[in-house]
Amino acid sequence: MSQFDIKKLPQGSKGFVHDLGSDQRVFKGVPWGKAMMWIFLLSDTFIFSCFLISLMTARASTTIPWPYPSEVFGLTVFGTSVPLLLIAIMTFVLITSSGTMAIAVKYGYEKNRKLCGWFLLATAIGGLTFVGMQAFEWSKLIFHDGVRPWSNPFGAEQFGAFFFMVTGFHGTHVSIGVIFLFIFSRKVFRGDFDTGRRGYFTSMKSDYEAIEILGLYWHFVDLVWVFIFAFFYLW
Amino acid sequence: MSEKYTDNKIETKAADTSSGSYAPPVEKIPAKESPEQELYHAKSFWTKWVFSQDAKVIGVQYALTATAIGMIGLVLSWGMRLQLGFPETFSFLGPATYYQSVTMHGMIMVIYLLTALFLGGFGNYLIPLMVGARDMVFPYVNMVSYWMFLIAVLVLIASFFVPGGPTGAGWTLYPPQAILPGTPGSEMGIVLMLISLSLFVIGFTMGGLNYVITVLQSRTRGMTLMRMPLTIWGIFTATVLALLAFPALFVACIMMTLDNLLGTSFFMPEIFSMGEKLEYGGGSPILFQHLFWFFGHPEVYIVALPAFGIVSDLISVHARKNIFGYRMMVWAIVIIGALSFIVWAHHMYVSGMNPWFGFFFATTTLIIAVPTAIKVYNWVLTLWRGNIHLTIPMLFSLGFIVTFVNGGITGLFLGNVIVDVPLSDTYFVVAHFHMVMGIAPLMVVFGAIYHWYPLITGRHLNQTLGKIHFWITFVGAYAIYFPMHYLGFIGVPRRYFEMYDSPYMTSGVGLNQFITVAALIVGFTQILFLYNLFTSWYKGEKSERNPWKANSLEWHTPEYPPVHGNFGKELPVVYRWPYDFSVPGSDKEYIPQDVPQSQVPTAKAEKT
Repeated sequence: MSQFDIKKLPQGSKGFVHDLGSDQRVFKGVPWGKAMMWIFLLSDTFIFSCFLISLMTARASTTIPWPYPSEVFGLTVFGTSVPLLLIAIMTFVLITSSGTMAIAVKYGYEKNRKLCGWFLLATAIGGLTFVGMQAFEWSKLIFHDGVRPWSNPFGAEQFGAFFFMVTGFHGTHVSIGVIFLFIFSRKVFRGDFDTGRRGYFTSMKSDYEAIEILGLYWHFVDLVWVFIFAFFYLW
Repeated sequence: MSEKYTDNKIETKAADTSSGSYAPPVEKIPAKESPEQELYHAKSFWTKWVFSQDAKVIGVQYALTATAIGMIGLVLSWGMRLQLGFPETFSFLGPATYYQSVTMHGMIMVIYLLTALFLGGFGNYLIPLMVGARDMVFPYVNMVSYWMFLIAVLVLIASFFVPGGPTGAGWTLYPPQAILPGTPGSEMGIVLMLISLSLFVIGFTMGGLNYVITVLQSRTRGMTLMRMPLTIWGIFTATVLALLAFPALFVACIMMTLDNLLGTSFFMPEIFSMGEKLEYGGGSPILFQHLFWFFGHPEVYIVALPAFGIVSDLISVHARKNIFGYRMMVWAIVIIGALSFIVWAHHMYVSGMNPWFGFFFATTTLIIAVPTAIKVYNWVLTLWRGNIHLTIPMLFSLGFIVTFVNGGITGLFLGNVIVDVPLSDTYFVVAHFHMVMGIAPLMVVFGAIYHWYPLITGRHLNQTLGKIHFWITFVGAYAIYFPMHYLGFIGVPRRYFEMYDSPYMTSGVGLNQFITVAALIVGFTQILFLYNLFTSWYKGEKSERNPWKANSLEWHTPEYPPVHGNFGKELPVVYRWPYDFSVPGSDKEYIPQDVPQSQVPTAKAEKT
């Protein structure tokens, strides 16, 4: 029996029709886990969309003025108030961690164990820095400015409610990602993907594809942040 | 065997039936694309039957759990009916108990019974077997999915035992009343309900991803999408709907939990309670309704589409005829699924949303009648001149068609804004949705259980008990819900604890008593069914292999009933669709999916 050769499949729109009409796999050559992550991210997109659409509804229908973001999210550095300073740094760190993640995926596919592990670790630390700065931002808003989920001194009370809920939900995503990044950097350093060491829970072998799947999640979390950033800080 | 993957279209030559001369298609088997799936081989009792990673065991676990909680839902409906039929007779029924029964009955039946049973139960059991896979793609995640579902069910049950009892806000849980004092269960019941729903969504997502990827990426050789049994198409599309609709419910649950526990005002407007102004203000109750129904309407099809799929297979197998218009049936399922996302506000015609919305949502709603009508015509045309065996699955399938047409037609009434406004919040609505998404899918559930029970246990259910079960359930369902249409027309409002001496109830009192008696009889018949289910497990008549002479892969496993790994050493290769019954030119009455054309050279089978 001949081998399946993905390179010999038809390309372009013909390929699309061929793949849909074929047996076994719709997405040719795509590992199960990767396809699963894409569908999960689609589902997660709907969650964040619902959050943000709800925010838009609240903001569009409020009778009390919505707080002015540059005022709320400003930091005073050396006596001068700089609007959106912290958030600019946070965004920079998170987007940078997306870059290191992409490099980690590249080294993963080259089976470069050491560099892949280090870049995963760098990504994890970037994510941890983001969560840390978010915690700082939250504590500043809560303890310094008196913003609460049920009220705030700046204007419509839905502002605090949506801010804490949506950034909290995103922060949870980042935290879960950070935990997995630490676990996977340990796995990579230990050489699990080279030796075929079995997973603790699933007792299944895994390989460097797992790094790409984790990368998909991490890039998604960053992409969502861009939207949250736009809706809370720039609108 | 094939030379090169690119050369081998599955059949290179189409059957040319127009000229009269028939050339059998040339078969080529595509090359294997995926390595053999590695499975976890359980050794102990606990990993084999309790923390099992085998989709078949998980499916049965899902089904049993769903049935158990469904029985609680059934008993709750008796409480409601006793109160409505014989008010002020039973001391254990007060207004609070009544509303709690209504709420829990609705939520349990829609989500924890039907959704879990169709997708978790039938989905898990049938998807790997029917597409020719060894198991779901991620068995471990699949196992966790079931345990999350079980925890969700336990949290739901726990709400019966907390102070204030379970929530009584109606199954739609509309704020602001759902979380304000005065509504039963506004203390802890509503919180537990919201948590339970969130857990259900998380658990379902894990299972749902498995079902979708197994169908998309783990089919056996020769199993193209257009050769899948319609059961799989129905479950697959419903799972996609669920993955995109449950997020809205999840978000609504989180927001309402925060409103309740933290005092945010996502859904809470400026409000007075007992003459005092509450802390809440500025939120939008309508926003909750939009989120809820963006989930709620696809949910109707999450329940209905698997039923559509399964019933198509039952009708085809038990009428010994190929399904009429297979491709049409597939596209109808997909189109219904897509449309279900743009019709949600037809549940909100009287909510106070912008009246102009009604135009749009009435239009999209009524368009759904087109693909559903196509499906009904195709079922009837499948039966037409078929060799109809009046087995119990067939009886239930026929019962489904009639009931679904009935519920569908009342749906046309309610889809129109102008007709909906007077009928909304009357018993007409109760009758409509019970017919269309209660009784009709349940008919399919029962038919499917009688059909696949031999596959799961190797034994038949008792046929006499089964026939009694069918006739009482079918006739009883009409005895319950037909009078409700009339009650709705004379204006009896739904959700009322008691009608007292309302003038329009003169003709309604006797009907309500009649409905209650019918509901009790139908309910007790389900206990008879459960008795049949459990005793037949070890006492039932032994079933020979493939008792219904079906073509799909689940009946053609090397071991019967199928064991761990499903298909022995080699996965089957599929050469045809599962509907080759009574094929002209063939001496065989049916041709299973894994039989190549070379073994049935004279059969003039459809090209699939």
